[in-house]
Amino acid sequence: MRPVAFTANGTRHDLEIEPRELLVYVLRDRLGLTGTNVGCDTSSCGACTVLVNGESVKSCTMLGVQADGLEITTIEGLARNGELHPVQQAFHEHHALQCGYCTPGMVLAAVSLIDSGAATDEAAIREGLEGNLCRCTGYHNIVHAVASAAGAAS
Amino acid sequence: MTAVETAPAFVGTSVKRREDASLLRGRGTFVDNLTLPGTVYMVVVRSPYPRARIAGVSLDAARAAEGVVAAFSGADLADEWAGGLPCAWPVTEDIKMPPHFPLATEEARYQGDPVAVVVAESRALAKDAAELVEVDYEPLSSVAEVEKALADGAPLVHEDLGTNECYVWKLETDAVQDAIDAADVVVTRRYFQPRLIPNAMETRGVLAQVGPTGEVTLWSATQTPHIQRFALQLVLGIPESKIRVIAPDVGGGFGSKIQVYGEGPIAIVLSRRLGRPVKWTEERAENYVGTIHGRDVVHELTFAATNDGDITAVKSVAWCAMGAYLELVTPGIPLLGAWIYSGPYEIPNYSVTFTGVFTNTTPTDAYRGAGRPEATYVLERTMDALARELRMDPVELRRKNFVTEFPHTMASGLTIDSGDYEATLDALLERLDLESIRADQSARRASGDARQIGVGFSTYNEMCGLAPSRILGAIRYAVGGWDATTIRFQPLGSVQVVVGTSPHGQGHDTTFAQIVADQLGVDVDDVEVIHGDTASSQLGMDTYGSRSLTVGGISAYHASQKVVAKARKIVAHQLEVSEDDLEFEGGVFSVKGSPDRSMDIKAVAFAAHAAHDLPDGMEPGLEETAVFDPPNFSWPAGAHAAVVEVDTETGDTRLVRYVAVDDVGNPVNPQIIDGQVHGGITQGIAAALYEEGAYDEEGNLLTTTLASYLVPSAAELPSYETARTETAADNPLGVKGVGETGTIAAAPAVVNAVVDALSHLGVTDVGLPATPERVWKAIEEVRT
Repeated sequence: MRPVAFTANGTRHDLEIEPRELLVYVLRDRLGLTGTNVGCDTSSCGACTVLVNGESVKSCTMLGVQADGLEITTIEGLARNGELHPVQQAFHEHHALQCGYCTPGMVLAAVSLIDSGAATDEAAIREGLEGNLCRCTGYHNIVHAVASAAGAAS
Repeated sequence: MTAVETAPAFVGTSVKRREDASLLRGRGTFVDNLTLPGTVYMVVVRSPYPRARIAGVSLDAARAAEGVVAAFSGADLADEWAGGLPCAWPVTEDIKMPPHFPLATEEARYQGDPVAVVVAESRALAKDAAELVEVDYEPLSSVAEVEKALADGAPLVHEDLGTNECYVWKLETDAVQDAIDAADVVVTRRYFQPRLIPNAMETRGVLAQVGPTGEVTLWSATQTPHIQRFALQLVLGIPESKIRVIAPDVGGGFGSKIQVYGEGPIAIVLSRRLGRPVKWTEERAENYVGTIHGRDVVHELTFAATNDGDITAVKSVAWCAMGAYLELVTPGIPLLGAWIYSGPYEIPNYSVTFTGVFTNTTPTDAYRGAGRPEATYVLERTMDALARELRMDPVELRRKNFVTEFPHTMASGLTIDSGDYEATLDALLERLDLESIRADQSARRASGDARQIGVGFSTYNEMCGLAPSRILGAIRYAVGGWDATTIRFQPLGSVQVVVGTSPHGQGHDTTFAQIVADQLGVDVDDVEVIHGDTASSQLGMDTYGSRSLTVGGISAYHASQKVVAKARKIVAHQLEVSEDDLEFEGGVFSVKGSPDRSMDIKAVAFAAHAAHDLPDGMEPGLEETAVFDPPNFSWPAGAHAAVVEVDTETGDTRLVRYVAVDDVGNPVNPQIIDGQVHGGITQGIAAALYEEGAYDEEGNLLTTTLASYLVPSAAELPSYETARTETAADNPLGVKGVGETGTIAAAPAVVNAVVDALSHLGVTDVGLPATPERVWKAIEEVRT
């Protein structure tokens, strides 16, 4: 067991975790932040995407101990005072989710993409979301939702 | 047909989905998010061999490992099973139906066949211990391809059956061979549609809890909680009345969560033995071998036609992989396409033969479209082949053969209630600008451009809305195809709608509320939809085959009508008028000619519960159930076109445009329809260009991860151009199914486009999926 301290959605957590525990399971099993889903075991699907110091990271590619001292934002921490984040709101307006399993990761990947200034047009958004798979929507409405939230043309 | 008295306020509009509120905030109730006090974690040990004798299973090391609660082999649990995992569709009288139990005991028959389970205090400890299970496998010879499995001397998947042939099923009109013999032109083409791995983003999972008096609760990532409950009695011998199955939020299914898999019954048995809740969550690598696949069918399709393009006969002979065992509807999947090998065309002579074949592979079963993509692919590809043979425009060949009058009884025997195939094709052509595409194509051909473009069409119809119970009985399906809705007015006027369908992304919470709100004349926000729990929904046949709206939705309509009918009796009694003198509009009953004498349906609901002044003999309360058994299938149709650009030097193919015009009847929620179409199209495009579940000759799966099995990302795809034509179906809402249309239509449109792009080089076919390698080879073959 190793001590680790990090902030998740604004709350500081001091934990004793096994060195082999992946961040995604620390979030899910220890903190109860089950909004971060697991969709594969090869870092291919992006369902477990979270923000680490504001940048999107697949939380199955990080060990929990690597989160020491960092700020994590999960889907549960994105809405403010009950108000959906503009990307969440755009996903709702554009029907950019069906089963909703990839949605937390997709939304956080989109937030990071927009914040980095890279969501400039449809092609850039499609390229930028390449690491997040969705099996329901065919991405059409996701791309349009992200473009809308980014104020980009689509 | 009962008249709709209230003008629709919500049906036909894109009411935003109420499902989103929790899913967008990360509050989904997916099974793996649920943990009960004392939960232990199960891991399944699976055969790494396509076929092996299980000479022994040693669990000592696993049982001694840290945190392990228990470990069992197949033999340890063999006495627990009252029956095998059910197959509900013995398609012929003499079908071979091998026994299939949750854990293999003597022989593993596919890579991934479960042989043992380990239960521990945590997921990680269970995985650690599973590594310590020692199974003494004696590998046996195996077979993975249908044609090799039917060859003399092939290894047998089930030795005691003496053959790998599972069944032969045939549907044929009288003079098919005569029509072929007499035809001006006969075209026969052969196609292989590879395995497709459904890849719902949420893998399967269960959480089982058995209470002290033996009552069972199973949370399951399933499309079919009602079917699960029914099947669990068969497998476990526990009466259905003691079983509750809950499908919480389910992260996609696409057919792969219909089946009754072994892990549910095993988890229940272990929970009973251990006195603790047992959770199992499938890993993605496990999902690739342990969850059903789709397709894996070889076809020979023959068209007979006149010189001027009238198709006179269609004959299909197909060999369909079952895999190693029969899952819930494995043998019946080809039959779901059996009646539509004539598609939207009038073809008088008709012959379809399916041979089901066992192979040492993961069982096949329903994957989006189930049988209809198989039929439509070979039909629409061969339409293009025939057009080339006749030197006709493929669009005109299609148009010339369209069914034009409805209802239309096909040579295959079923009747299409409605449609306007020319209108959908016209609407497609209006959007496509075919002239510009052909001009661009000609210019590139003339200049010898390395990047060639092609356009491909698919004008399809399909049968969904499963299904009329009498027809299901006639084709040997074990249960019915009805569905049910209960509508319950609460005393103060809110409405609960309990449905028997079980969504996993389709938006039933929203669309069923729209339907019922309109019928009852209440606000959509007054209506709450309850589903996916057999404790609240006693009657239901669940969600698959684009049935939820056309079967369940119509039951919601009928239940609404029954509620209004009872309310009308109460109002007539209290206002002392005859029922015929009452109008019902916008949720208000009023006396014809005296609109001031009226009663709001919410007030009626209160009066029904107060029961102070009800007609003699009427029971208090305002709650009705309707069970609807559809008289016919649902017949959506459409015209799709794909435009591709192919790099003739590398074989790289890029989808440039995809235009889809569909007729799914009257729309309930256009935005949700578009979403279904987008997703469906994408899975068809994926089958055309990217996805293939590949086995080696022995049955070792080669595509075992999302990294090697290419589920497309946003970067591979364009935005889609979609539109609708609307012909009302013959049901009270005029609605048709939409869940599978895109997947059925898209693959042949895309591959026809690839072939069209290369046709000037002499290419007439490209295998599935049309990867750069296959496209490049197809070009090289005609060059040499």
